Amino acid sequence: MARAAVLGRLTWQLGEVAEVIQETPRVASLVLQVPGWPGHFAGQHVDVRLTAEDGYQTQRSYSIASPPEDSRVILTVERLEDGEVSPYLVGEVRAGDKIELRGPIGGYFVWKAGDDRPVLLVAGGSGIVPLMAMIRHHSAASSAAKVRLLYSSRSIDDVIYRDELATLSAGGVGLQVFHTLTRSQPSGWEGYSRRLDGEMVAEVAWPRKDSPAVFICGPTAFVEAAGGQLLESGYDATWIKTERFGATGG
Amino acid sequence: MAFISRGFKGKRRDVTSSSRVPPGQHVVHDFPVLSAGPTPRLPLTDWTFSIVGEVDEPKSWTWDELRKLPSETITVDIHCVTKWSKLDTSWTGVSLDTLLEHVETAAEFAVAFSDGGYTTNLPIEDLTDGKAWIAFEYGGQPLDPEHGGPARLLVPHLYLWKSAKWVRGITLQNEDEPGFWESNGYNLRGDPWREQRYWGD
Amino acid sequence: MQQSDLKLDGNAIAGLLREIFAMEMTTAQSTCAGCGKVHPVGRVDVYLNAPGAVVRCPACEQVMMLIVHSGDRYWIDLTGTRCLEFRSDPS
Repeated sequence: MARAAVLGRLTWQLGEVAEVIQETPRVASLVLQVPGWPGHFAGQHVDVRLTAEDGYQTQRSYSIASPPEDSRVILTVERLEDGEVSPYLVGEVRAGDKIELRGPIGGYFVWKAGDDRPVLLVAGGSGIVPLMAMIRHHSAASSAAKVRLLYSSRSIDDVIYRDELATLSAGGVGLQVFHTLTRSQPSGWEGYSRRLDGEMVAEVAWPRKDSPAVFICGPTAFVEAAGGQLLESGYDATWIKTERFGATGG
Repeated sequence: MAFISRGFKGKRRDVTSSSRVPPGQHVVHDFPVLSAGPTPRLPLTDWTFSIVGEVDEPKSWTWDELRKLPSETITVDIHCVTKWSKLDTSWTGVSLDTLLEHVETAAEFAVAFSDGGYTTNLPIEDLTDGKAWIAFEYGGQPLDPEHGGPARLLVPHLYLWKSAKWVRGITLQNEDEPGFWESNGYNLRGDPWREQRYWGD
Repeated sequence: MQQSDLKLDGNAIAGLLREIFAMEMTTAQSTCAGCGKVHPVGRVDVYLNAPGAVVRCPACEQVMMLIVHSGDRYWIDLTGTRCLEFRSDPS
């Protein structure tokens, strides 16, 4: 049962890594137990702070992948080759380690069950993470809203949560998943095989008359392209919420 | 005592002290891109560099005119207030001494201004006597837009925020006037050797 | 990394704004002092690869907020934001 996210002073807390789940060759989920976690909404994130032995500190934001119904804080992180933080989180961190974080943070990019409008989720790469929290929340809360996910990845091996998405979309919970693989496709692939464009968006997006709620997340260029396509198709800007991930050091 | 993240080392930072590295800085081997806004894109045919303000006669050079002036290639160390330093960087540009050569002025201060609205202030003496250039090449190649191309101000003895990217001119003034960062916490002078990062430093 | 990837949005400074305002600010409505357009703070353009956080209007690109943070000191320029409207309980 989700508790309300109480807005208190934003303080740094220590979460303990209970488990590391390898999602794809480059992506892992860190399952954290955070004592006194006040609960969170789907779409929110945490700030993670790392400190080296010489005192050097750096900080990154990561979206929470677990839904409000889950008492654990799950962070799904993509390892960026030139990154400073992501190769540590995906590669070095192991169960038993502690991670300094603060949150939950964010109020704009949030979806709550109870909003029964049709939902369109558009994910570019690791932009799927906050949208997965929304999908998991939608399922756990038995929401009546209809959800469509358009998920762009480079190749089938890069698709995060692939099996879980397949199970949920086959499970009659009102979720439809559309994949596009932009760089390579397995033989027999029946999904889309190109970058997001107007035609794809027209086929997947809810009709305008449904006034859907739209959430787009991914690298800036992807978000701007997707947003642009939807606006051109006649969607109202007020229906669309976006969250841009930058490769700011990884 | 801050919590230490087991096994975290951070990006490669040379923290060994060296007489070439100012206090609080670490050496990096890439060239980080810092930006306060979108990268301006101006056709070179429209580009000019001007010296205006407290001068008897404002001066202006088109791109072609600037490129005809004597230029030099220098190797300098650069220091960013965000704590990274990069040693032995090679630039080609026109010295401010060349540009100021025929400028008559009693002004003591300058504000450099750039496409996109960025400004930064300096005393004129920080621009003269071989201390500053309008640089249009980095590492022997035309300066990349993300690093300030087609041309940036280069003042290596001060923190790199003073080396205004996409520079279009300097306004000479009798009074010091804080620029973009200097108006909002950053030190008016910015000497890395005295660690003048913020107001009051 | 593409140049465009350096441009983020207000979600990227949600934590910083909570440090300053002690409230969730990404749902606040901000009016650009330059062009008068109103944007949710979650939607403004944010540049973090800089000696501070630079917040620009998505419509006219003028600076709406400039935030510098060092240790226990903050410097904030809000002159580019004519008005911020928000609720104390955004939920």
